[in-house]
Amino acid sequence: MNVEAVKFVTVGLTMCIGVIFPALAIGNIGSKAVEALGRNPEAESSIRTAMILSLAFAEAIAIYVLVVALILKFT
Amino acid sequence: MPEISIKAEHIFDFFGFRVTNSIFLSLFVLAFCIIITYFYQRDAAASKKSGFFYVMQMILRSLYTLFESIVKEKINFFFPFLAAFFVWIMFQNWSGLLPGVGSITIGVPEGEHILHVPLFRGNNADLNGALALAISAFILIQYAGIKFLGFKTFIQKFINISNPINFFLGFLEIVSEFSKIMSFSFRLFGNIFAGEVLLTIVAFLVPVLASFPFLMLEIFVGFVQALVFSMLTAVFISVSVSHH
Repeated sequence: MNVEAVKFVTVGLTMCIGVIFPALAIGNIGSKAVEALGRNPEAESSIRTAMILSLAFAEAIAIYVLVVALILKFT
Repeated sequence: MPEISIKAEHIFDFFGFRVTNSIFLSLFVLAFCIIITYFYQRDAAASKKSGFFYVMQMILRSLYTLFESIVKEKINFFFPFLAAFFVWIMFQNWSGLLPGVGSITIGVPEGEHILHVPLFRGNNADLNGALALAISAFILIQYAGIKFLGFKTFIQKFINISNPINFFLGFLEIVSEFSKIMSFSFRLFGNIFAGEVLLTIVAFLVPVLASFPFLMLEIFVGFVQALVFSMLTAVFISVSVSHH
């Protein structure tokens, strides 16, 4: 393999491995939020804000991975 | 397909100051914000108010109740900062989606040949813009801690030689404070830059109509990122002003 090919494989693997855990986290957050909503529908607004906040935290990990992949790809 | 560059391009010099395309667009956003503020201020003083005033009032009121639920009774001190973060980041994110941003190019002489670079670029799609916002949020958080706890209590959180465990915890606190700058700036930059790359790639894969749902998504992402940035600042402020 030449350098160019290694670069493409690395970019693919970076995204592939790095996105697994944020995906699990986001799924978990969503399911727990729906569970909490089913148990206590009056608390919808506070559940929503907490959910969006923690979603952003989980998503940030995926975004770091994406930034690393973009830097590898375009520089 | 246009070349995607991670850093903002230099377009012209203004009295020796390197003006990049992201600064150039953010000047327009600044002008827009000043115009809105001027009209709001004028209506607030006038006896007969227009519909614009009430719309702005409604937006500000919902922001106020949102932040009030986090910082509680100190809201009147922090509200201007937090709302300014929210509004500024939201307009910056949305300005990157306007038609012409990224697609209008100008020629910049670079050595012998002429380089074609975009005239506009979203300010948060440039790491420097996001970093500036993150540093100002960081300074605000530390300032809040010093102001409401007093300097002595504030510094005890970081340097505490009463016992070895507290000393080590203080070291961890320092690291976590500085990692806030990194997480703030990379989150904002990553989301907005990734959105721009996504829109470019989709537009060149399917030329017609396919960009539309992604544009809607990016409008939503711009709003959510502004909300997340200002809400996280509020949460960190409320942590930093609370006694242990």
